[in-house]
Amino acid sequence: MHTKTIVELYKGLKNKDFSCVELTQYYLSRINQSRLNAFITVTDELALVQAQVADDKIALGNASILTGIPYAHKDIFCTKGVKTSAGSKMLDTFIAPYNATVSQKLNQVNLVMLGKTNMDEFAMGSSNENSFYNAVKNPWNYSKIPGGSSGGSAASVAGGLSCFATGTDTGGSIRQPASLCGITGLKPTYGRISRYGIIAYASSFDQAGVMTKTSQDAAIVLNVMAGFDEKDSTSSEQKVPDYTTNLNNSLQGLTIGLPKEFFLSGLDNEVANNIMFAVKEFESMGATVKEVSLPNSVYAIPTYYIIASCECSSNLSRLDGVRYGYRSKESKNLEDLYLSSRSEGFGEEVKRRIMIGTYALSTGYYDAYYLKAQKVRRLISNDFKKVFEKVDVIMGPVSPTIAFDLGSVKDPVSMYLADIYTLSVNLAGLPGMSIPVGFAQNLPVGLQLIGNYWSESKLLNIAHQFQLQTDWHLRIPQEC
Amino acid sequence: MSLSENQVSQIAHLACLSLNEAQLKDNTQNLNAIFSLVEQLANIDTDGVEPMFHPLHMLQRLREDVVSEKEQLALFQSIAPEIRNGYYLVPTVIK
Repeated sequence: MHTKTIVELYKGLKNKDFSCVELTQYYLSRINQSRLNAFITVTDELALVQAQVADDKIALGNASILTGIPYAHKDIFCTKGVKTSAGSKMLDTFIAPYNATVSQKLNQVNLVMLGKTNMDEFAMGSSNENSFYNAVKNPWNYSKIPGGSSGGSAASVAGGLSCFATGTDTGGSIRQPASLCGITGLKPTYGRISRYGIIAYASSFDQAGVMTKTSQDAAIVLNVMAGFDEKDSTSSEQKVPDYTTNLNNSLQGLTIGLPKEFFLSGLDNEVANNIMFAVKEFESMGATVKEVSLPNSVYAIPTYYIIASCECSSNLSRLDGVRYGYRSKESKNLEDLYLSSRSEGFGEEVKRRIMIGTYALSTGYYDAYYLKAQKVRRLISNDFKKVFEKVDVIMGPVSPTIAFDLGSVKDPVSMYLADIYTLSVNLAGLPGMSIPVGFAQNLPVGLQLIGNYWSESKLLNIAHQFQLQTDWHLRIPQEC
Repeated sequence: MSLSENQVSQIAHLACLSLNEAQLKDNTQNLNAIFSLVEQLANIDTDGVEPMFHPLHMLQRLREDVVSEKEQLALFQSIAPEIRNGYYLVPTVIK
């Protein structure tokens, strides 16, 4: 049952092959037996109540395709009455007093939330090793990282612990773990999904998205999550299409751009071979391929780590031990309370990024770092604009390597280099996807699809057509 | 450019973080490694380039100046570390 897609579970529920309560119990028992550490909180009681409500709806004939489907929610989305930790000691005691718009939308269609997934603290990380709740394991090999920051969500879907999961992507946090765990991940255009109630890391990049088994499932969930929200001033009023409508369009005449900068040294050979094999598959489906150039994308790492850190230093200043979250027990005075609570509550990577941002925004350095990075961001974005005049979609690797060993990358700069192919997409605010296209050393390899603004429908169509021709997305890890 | 331990200590202070000796040493090394990566931005010609503070070309949306949230003090304070009579408690500031 855990290998079934949303579409398949919907049929099973409709035909009364199983009830929502049975389905939910099945998933909860898998979660309880799992050693992946994919969840921070398992909401078993709530899930069973939601499942009963869904069963009642189905009995009355009021069900939609998502009614009663069990999913896992990244622990960065506020969920009223349920602990929302963002993977941090700072918020270990934080019970959200309200729902994120995404949480509310998912509740409205009677989905069943199994629990909140593990993640890098405040979404800062590429390996899930920065979580206060310890690292998540990769379902394909328990000694490997699942990717980050939505590592718990990716492991949950790949490991058959939930039918699908939510994620957020600030610099690659949906696409990279999706790639390393062999699932489908979509980060929509910035502004497509409301950020209200998502614990903020870097507000001009943060965007929620979906992590599923198939592109078709991703389209179904995006239909619910997308849309304008007056509570988020950066939410777009762009009309939301039905993302399932174009899934079956032919790819005849599609033009694919391969940026030469994505295939330079640093890209693992086996990963490159898998990517090129997938591109050939698209050619056989009627697409043509062009080499393109994104010359400034090679500066994505320093540009992103300056701007995102500046935004995080501002966003995380709200956490001071006074109104909610962790408070140090040993404070002598008010300044000491701030210092001790923040120093004891934040992990090393979060402190590092707060300090990078604090320095880059300080008097005398603002122009050299922050302003400079925002100008380079414009150049990176302009590169994409030019390329999208000539091609429909850009393809390339998601990550330069397959999943690496837990504990093997210790210095921050080496960890940041893992994000080289995903960051420029966030800098420009474009939509991006990862789909499984093969294996290297028995670990999954993901292909990145990058589209123009608001082209989610096109990306989902391209991914769906590929998944109709291949079975990489159907592979299941042995231990799961 | 290289940051000294003194400078990193000052940055930590501005960020409201305290570092012990080992953390100060580690952070000085790591911040220097990160900022040497950032140095490559200085060589890019950005003359006349508009900074891109936001990915979408949107205008700030305005709304009617009316009350849209109801008072939820008790709910919000139920998750506070320490409160009394509707106030958040902190260590004594003025004796």
